[in-house]
Amino acid sequence: MKLLFSFITVLLLVIIAYAGIRYASLYYVFGVIIPYAAVGIFITGFVYRVLKWAGSPVPFRIPTTCGQEKSLPWIKQNKLDNPSSTLGVIGRMSLEILFFRSLLRNTKTELREGPSLAYGSDKWLWLAGLAFHWSFLIILIRHLRLFTEPVPYLITLLNNLDAFLQIGVPPLYITDVVLLASVSYLFIRRVLIPQFRYISLISDYFPLFLILGIGISGILMRYFFRVNLISVKELVMGLVSFNPQVSADIGSIFYIHIMLIATLFAYFPFSKLMHMGGVFLSPTRNLANNNRMIRHINPWNYPVKVHTYEEYEDEFRDKMKAVDIPVEKE
Amino acid sequence: MSDVLKPAELSKINYKPPRKEWMKTPVNFKHGMYIYPAKAKNLKYLDMPNPREWSPTDKDWKLPENWKEIVLEGMRERLGKYRSFKIFMDICVRCGACADKCHFFIGGGDPKNMPVLRAELLRSIYRGHFTKSGKIFGSLNGARELTVDVLKEWFYYFYQCTECRRCSVFCPYGIDTAEITMMGRELLNLLGCNVNWVIEPVANCYRTGNHLGIQPHALMDMFEMMLDDIYDRTGIRVKPSFNRKGAEILFVTPSADYFAEPGIYTCMGYLVLFHELGLDYTWSTYASEGGNFGLFTSHEMIKRLNAKIYAEAKRLGVKWILGGECGHMWRVMHQYMDTMNGPADFLEEPVSPVTGTKFENAKSTKMVHITEFTADLIRNNKLKLDPSRNDSLRVTFHDSCNPARAMGILEEPRYIIKNVCNNFYEMPENTIREQTFCCAGGAGLGTDEMMETRMRGGLPRANAVRHVHEKYGVNRLACICAIDRATLTTLMEYWVPEVKVTGVHEMVGNALVMEGEKERTLTLRGDPLKETEGEVNV
Amino acid sequence: MYDTGKIIAGLVIFAGLVTLPFWYNSGKAAAKPEPSLDTPVIQQMKDKHCIESKQYMIDNHMQMLNEWRNEFVRGDMTMYINSKGQYYTMSLEDTCLHCHSNEKQFCDKCHTYVDIKPYCWDCHVKPKEEVASGQR
Repeated sequence: MKLLFSFITVLLLVIIAYAGIRYASLYYVFGVIIPYAAVGIFITGFVYRVLKWAGSPVPFRIPTTCGQEKSLPWIKQNKLDNPSSTLGVIGRMSLEILFFRSLLRNTKTELREGPSLAYGSDKWLWLAGLAFHWSFLIILIRHLRLFTEPVPYLITLLNNLDAFLQIGVPPLYITDVVLLASVSYLFIRRVLIPQFRYISLISDYFPLFLILGIGISGILMRYFFRVNLISVKELVMGLVSFNPQVSADIGSIFYIHIMLIATLFAYFPFSKLMHMGGVFLSPTRNLANNNRMIRHINPWNYPVKVHTYEEYEDEFRDKMKAVDIPVEKE
Repeated sequence: MSDVLKPAELSKINYKPPRKEWMKTPVNFKHGMYIYPAKAKNLKYLDMPNPREWSPTDKDWKLPENWKEIVLEGMRERLGKYRSFKIFMDICVRCGACADKCHFFIGGGDPKNMPVLRAELLRSIYRGHFTKSGKIFGSLNGARELTVDVLKEWFYYFYQCTECRRCSVFCPYGIDTAEITMMGRELLNLLGCNVNWVIEPVANCYRTGNHLGIQPHALMDMFEMMLDDIYDRTGIRVKPSFNRKGAEILFVTPSADYFAEPGIYTCMGYLVLFHELGLDYTWSTYASEGGNFGLFTSHEMIKRLNAKIYAEAKRLGVKWILGGECGHMWRVMHQYMDTMNGPADFLEEPVSPVTGTKFENAKSTKMVHITEFTADLIRNNKLKLDPSRNDSLRVTFHDSCNPARAMGILEEPRYIIKNVCNNFYEMPENTIREQTFCCAGGAGLGTDEMMETRMRGGLPRANAVRHVHEKYGVNRLACICAIDRATLTTLMEYWVPEVKVTGVHEMVGNALVMEGEKERTLTLRGDPLKETEGEVNV
Repeated sequence: MYDTGKIIAGLVIFAGLVTLPFWYNSGKAAAKPEPSLDTPVIQQMKDKHCIESKQYMIDNHMQMLNEWRNEFVRGDMTMYINSKGQYYTMSLEDTCLHCHSNEKQFCDKCHTYVDIKPYCWDCHVKPKEEVASGQR
């Protein structure tokens, strides 16, 4: 049901874009208004969400420590998994964000006869996740060739590296294959493993379908229903120089691609995809475990009702005196 | 424990989730898997809301009229106060990496014990009441209305979480179910839906200084008994002081350490160690509890109970504080105390009076963990140790959740153990250090009413112990946590009866060669020191 | 603890990166590439035509060259028959570059614009420019 709902929504988006271009020739709507709106929503929405998080303080320093603490000088501290300095935190966060450090620990628990529990290493989720995110990033960056003039050398280099296998014309991008494969894995895993299907929501399926749709439309556009790249770049350059010009010279597959991407951008700030910003702010990861070295301040720390020693002694004075425990008031 | 299934039956676990969606599956309170509610007198003593007589299995929970408003307002307030809460509500992608990391899920198979789903219990309400997408798409997008059934579900599952933070180690965003459970419990507490096993210790601690409600004279009795036992085993009369002003160090440990076996043997370990060192320290009857069941209640309650530690240190005029072996106590001391009740500017930066070592890592909080203190002593050759006295023990070490995942105390206890005993064996690597499995009785679940939950949740830990027992003949499970000492004992009786539980300082006390001691024939436990023939592989 | 400064800095970097294309081109609309047909051979042609229609060539020259290469090197065809039934030698150097001898002003114009680096010149020798090129 949730799966179907998500799939149909993405399908609808495709149909809308196709019909809009094919039968209504709404080039300006799909080529200019929707992309601008999507980028606008993406940036303002993203900033708004992060600022909303920032509006709540981190009252306590609660890192999850995953290695030896800094204590006595002769005990080797695990500076990356249990950092005590800003540098260590930067290292830990970098590993987390760039290489999904925590996911790399993943294991699969298996119950055998006995009972006996076994924990096998399970790196597939990590691998697929990493492959998906990195290929997505590379794809995004290499698209900048359509957004810049002259094209910076680094982007040219990235393009060439990505296509270095020189399979077919135009040459196959490795990241295209990796992206589709990894997203498919993530999708299949979610559908086939009963526990994960049990916890999955629309907001899990929808982005997967959307990204699959983006990938497939992009690949179709590059290898099958080819569009005039010069016109595409002209359109894009018009957009980024605030001088939009539409052209009827580009096939509708391009507008489908754009429609799906625009949806992803606009949907982003309202969804779990905000983990992109959130991971930077996660208090169990981005704080140094220096709790006993440097006092953490809670901005809303307020006085609470306590049971004072005086009240305690008043209640138990006689009993204390009877067993020779020193008291304040005789 | 009689009504708990036999181990062979308990270990038939079905991990397959039901066909019906989880939101449409109301909670079913199962005997042995929930705790009796807090008694009205305890809530009243603490000025906590809605004291009443009720039971979780009742249809009517006697909630305040505006209960819904209270919960939603409570959520709003906490979303504004805790970035952790807000972020953890927003960014989970339900990748499922946490699912089989929870000991309760591994041992029980209830899908709502998957950390992700435990959090969704709260997230669904967050979406339904605080986000637009939730309001528009409703249950399709995992949102729902707050109802009494939801509350019941919260009560059941937030008291089936030990806040051990193992899932947070594996989460790519560090989402910490302990934070979620703490928030869930805070909200439940606003309505007076709490459990007596937590609230009674809290009330006791507030009044008498310790969870067990031990009053000063009774406390002295307990110490007398331990001191007599020490005299019996070592020939030395140890004389600790209480509430003594001007001592250099205040020593704080959980009350379980001087209340019952096997904690008392650990406590005897502290006593003989400090005596041998001639440490200028004092116990306190007012601060007679290091543990803090406030952690299992609310942040406010943590602070209310914790305040006495610094207050007593100030009143007695000590220089710094030394803390005993305890898990959640150290979560509070390490991550909350200084922020809540500091700054401790009336204390001095801790320096070991024996070795002169400065504990740089405790320079602000001014509280040192006993394993840091003792490891430093051993490293500087300040202790005369005879590890062969522990030769009858084949030891493995259970990393307690909080020292492992909230502090990173991993090597200190291992260093001590390796110096006080000759037979030490590690459990498999996925079950120790930061990946350690909970005893399944932490966070206020360590009561007999919860026996089935505990035995199920304890299966992963027990299974690892069984492994080293079978492989190396391990017969002693060491730990640095008072809750562990109590709950692991029960757990071992159920799953691996050949293994007994010990604190690390009990073994220190056994190995410690004291000046003027008589020839030792008994351990602090009163067992024969030298194993008799044929007892090796029991 | 809010860490507002760090968060704002992070957001500024984020917004800067996302809007990078807007900054990079700073409002200038880049000129559309105009491949030049100004070579001596083309100048001398009375009826200026390519081997197929202009639109066909724009859309399909890459596939055509790829097929030519495969046919010529690995297959047994050496001649191309166009839609009008005319024969052409399958040769980049002798057919294409015979007329389009201005690689920099013709091929590179579009290729550079959309950052495409065909690997023709991995094997073929680049032709000598017959028209003094103004470089890019």
